[in-house]
Amino acid sequence: MAKVLMKGNEAIGEAAIRAGCIHFFGYPITPQSEVPEYLARRLPEVGGQYVQAESEVAASNMIYGAAGVGMRVLTTSSSPGISLMAEGISYIAASELPVVLVNIMRAGPGLGGILPAQGDYFQATRGTGHGDFQLLVLAPASVQEAVNLVILAFELAEKYLNPVMVIGDGMIGQMMEPVEFPVEGVGPPLDPGDWALTGCEGRERRIVNSLFLDPEACNRHNLKLKAKYERMAENEQRWELYNCDEPYDLLVTAFGMMSRICKTAIDDLKAEGTNVGLFRPISLNPFPYEPCRRVIDRAQRILDVEMSMGQMIYDIQLAAQGRLEIDFHGTAGGVVPSPDEVADKIRESLARIGRSPARKPGKRSAKAAAAQKSKSKRSKKTATAQKPGKRGGKKPQNAGKRSAARQSSARRHGRRSGR
Amino acid sequence: MNKIFGYPPTLTPRTTHYCPGCTHGVIHRMVGEVIDELGIRGRTVGIAPVGCSVLAYEYFNFDMFEASHGRAPAVATGAKRSRPNLIVFSYQGDGDLASIGMAEIVHAANRGEKITVVFVNNAIYGMTGGQMAPTTMPNQRTTTCPMGRDVNEVGYPVRMAELLAELRTPGFIARGSAHTVQETIRTKRYLKEAFEHQVAGRCFTFVEVLSTCPTNWGLSPREAANWLEREMIPYYPLGVKKRPDVQAAQEGA
Amino acid sequence: MPRIEIDKERCKGCERCNDACPQEILAMSEALNVKGYSYAVVTDPSRCVGCRLCAIACPDVAIEVYSAGTQYEFFAY
Repeated sequence: MAKVLMKGNEAIGEAAIRAGCIHFFGYPITPQSEVPEYLARRLPEVGGQYVQAESEVAASNMIYGAAGVGMRVLTTSSSPGISLMAEGISYIAASELPVVLVNIMRAGPGLGGILPAQGDYFQATRGTGHGDFQLLVLAPASVQEAVNLVILAFELAEKYLNPVMVIGDGMIGQMMEPVEFPVEGVGPPLDPGDWALTGCEGRERRIVNSLFLDPEACNRHNLKLKAKYERMAENEQRWELYNCDEPYDLLVTAFGMMSRICKTAIDDLKAEGTNVGLFRPISLNPFPYEPCRRVIDRAQRILDVEMSMGQMIYDIQLAAQGRLEIDFHGTAGGVVPSPDEVADKIRESLARIGRSPARKPGKRSAKAAAAQKSKSKRSKKTATAQKPGKRGGKKPQNAGKRSAARQSSARRHGRRSGR
Repeated sequence: MNKIFGYPPTLTPRTTHYCPGCTHGVIHRMVGEVIDELGIRGRTVGIAPVGCSVLAYEYFNFDMFEASHGRAPAVATGAKRSRPNLIVFSYQGDGDLASIGMAEIVHAANRGEKITVVFVNNAIYGMTGGQMAPTTMPNQRTTTCPMGRDVNEVGYPVRMAELLAELRTPGFIARGSAHTVQETIRTKRYLKEAFEHQVAGRCFTFVEVLSTCPTNWGLSPREAANWLEREMIPYYPLGVKKRPDVQAAQEGA
Repeated sequence: MPRIEIDKERCKGCERCNDACPQEILAMSEALNVKGYSYAVVTDPSRCVGCRLCAIACPDVAIEVYSAGTQYEFFAY
């Protein structure tokens, strides 16, 4: 299968088609509008339906209608849009219907900003809507992984008859990366079970409903859903360990694009002779507590890095059960920490457990620091939109001053060490 | 002796929870009769709203959705767009359709979704106990406008049929009533025509039906029918507001 | 001769059929049904013309109408 250079949002749309989903109901919102734009072109080619709803509220009820009649269906949105879909998603979960949702996160809260962020972690894993229900939440860290997880999402949605959310930050949607689609052409349609409203010709009529006025019946329904979520927790935990095969003192925890930036920082430190491990959950719900605990047990300290004010850190604390101190580094609003920034935070954490690695900035980080300085000067003049640089992260202009000062001190340091 | 009137097979034999004299029951029966007459029960999917008719899925004996408050037209859109051979209709009250669901109904109509909407207008919120609805009449007392609807405070009642008929997208839009037998019979013709348009895949169809709410109006069923005749009919004129072929002819399409 | 059958347990005593009957032969019972409503009764069955207006007006489908050799089609009204 040849690789194709594709924008994340468009790859997500194509992945849905390859998974056999040819119905999309959505609404424009930056930074995910390329998904509806792409599918508005593509779906008619495959005999599908693209419907632009009047709001995300309507879109969440349209996918409820489409799933209820036994069709594969997708909607995508971004943070504020997902908030509007909350009630609809709760109905879909309570009625046990398979839908796939994609949230390309943007800065919040409120209108926030249109740049990447990870501030919807709680919304996705705990507070999507009212009542005791859960989404299965998958967080890709690359466009290829987004494709794989969207295809997987349709399988899991139908396996558990539950909404599944693929959640990526703005970069996942906006950046272009080579992708390979594991499936050719349009996937097969859903073979609906005995829950779908396909017209009661020749069978007992069915109801898709989430109203249980009788408290006993409603309680039984909640217990049934809970059992499903426990099955999901048993079977659907997914995670990645990076650089954990050799001993490490510090464990970094991060998900999505943030984890890739951390990997670069970890590579830099490895070049300097310091080994740092990384734990990345791929399924944010069910969160892989046990696997996380196993790698925590081999560390002295944890550094959690998120593009938010700290939400996944609660799950890390649950995994750590108070055994280790957890440092946190978080930025919001679309400020994307650079690898050097993360490397500094790692050094600070290591210093707190008496392991401060030699502060020799590696060859690559000096060169990057110089590049960083020139870029940040240029970006002061033009408020360019956030374009992720080669190293997966560039500071937008307002942080330019601070990082420039640090870079110059690093260079002075470099000169003193004679390199 | 043969039976010339009785229970349509499309209704479940259950007795309804509706109050005595509430004409929801009449409208349910007529929708069931139309579906029987057109022989489409096997491919009909109905969508119940939130409101007095939230339990409509207990009474209609075919595949049914329960939608969230106001969103039935969106649910209907999702169902019809993805499975177009289904006959899809939503059954909604005035709080559900004209208040929280206003965006959904206007856009479903404007997109020309090939669905049917049965809109029961009883000028009040029934299920939640008699609050003011967008269709509550001027000076009509409800639990949330106890001194009577003050049009200077909350504006005039919304005429949904006329509002939707203004949309350029073709459709069949009519208003009937169920407060007298004669109007009930005329309303059934509108319902039948609406479903026939959908069977033919022609256009968006909408039938508003004025309905009595004795309990929350604080009137006996007989007085409620008279009140509807005296108060609502002049404000909500009955009749067909829009037909697809007429519109096409007018514009020489 | 046309006649109607009223399911007295389904009747909720709303009296809509009383108003609908052109022959004015419907009234409400003295006795109460299981729900405590007085239900519709035919006061003079001989004058029933099988016009079905009572059944059409009934919100609870509590009235069935029987007739012999009538020109109405089933349901067509």
